[in-house]
Amino acid sequence: MSLVRVLFYFLSFIAITSALYAASSKNLVRSIFVFFVTLFALAGLYVLALADFVAVTQVVIYVGGILVLILFAFMLSGKETLNVLQSQEEKLFSLKKLPALLLAGLFFIVLINVIFKADADNLQWVKDAVSFKNEITPNAVMIDNIGINLMTRYLLPFEAISILLLMALVGAAHLSRKEGKA
Amino acid sequence: MIMLTDFMVVSAALFCIGLYMVVTKRNAIQILIGIELILNAAILNLVAFGKYDKVNNSGQLFALFAIVLAAATTAIALAIILNVYRRYKTIDPNDINKLRD
Repeated sequence: MSLVRVLFYFLSFIAITSALYAASSKNLVRSIFVFFVTLFALAGLYVLALADFVAVTQVVIYVGGILVLILFAFMLSGKETLNVLQSQEEKLFSLKKLPALLLAGLFFIVLINVIFKADADNLQWVKDAVSFKNEITPNAVMIDNIGINLMTRYLLPFEAISILLLMALVGAAHLSRKEGKA
Repeated sequence: MIMLTDFMVVSAALFCIGLYMVVTKRNAIQILIGIELILNAAILNLVAFGKYDKVNNSGQLFALFAIVLAAATTAIALAIILNVYRRYKTIDPNDINKLRD
């Protein structure tokens, strides 16, 4: 077993267990902080999939942006919010959760079945990519290629996303202003 | 080397955990975390398949787009959650059953 595989199993174990803990934790703050760990482990998995730029973006935007936003929104919103949020009596395996557990578990079984039937490693286009040397190798530098593609081939989605971000910015500012002024 | 199937199994597990969180949690912020988990499972698949597209690099580029979209979604969702809390004094989705009072 090579070092890469060991790292892959280690990181995916961390990602899945911390996600499970975030799903089962009663404490909201703890669940948010464990979600940090999941995101970092996922960034490591992106590196193992040879997408280092996506991994760095994941750390910058998800960990630096989204989670800090969640923490701010929740910790700056007053003490009574904290008390309301923390006073939930929940058990992990209560009878109320049974339908959801069944749903998630059965869906997981279906997905695993589909994945093993699909046999993605032997798909025709994947084999073609390997034989035409269209596969990313571990020593390739992909960042220039991402920049060039972003400005040529994928310019339209890039611009669309910039407009959507502007709309989200205006919308969030509009939604979170104090009431009664306008 | 790591096979595509391994990535897909990890991604399926993350997706199901996210689905479980979205269905069971009685707290809008934890539902939001579940949605983020589902999005991350999708991004992991995009990145894993993007390895076999060196010239166009579409997998990694759309993974980047998906990350940016997730950021926008979260900002809006948190603004909505704060507003809902201000109006109803709770963020349990079961208790929010009026459009406007």
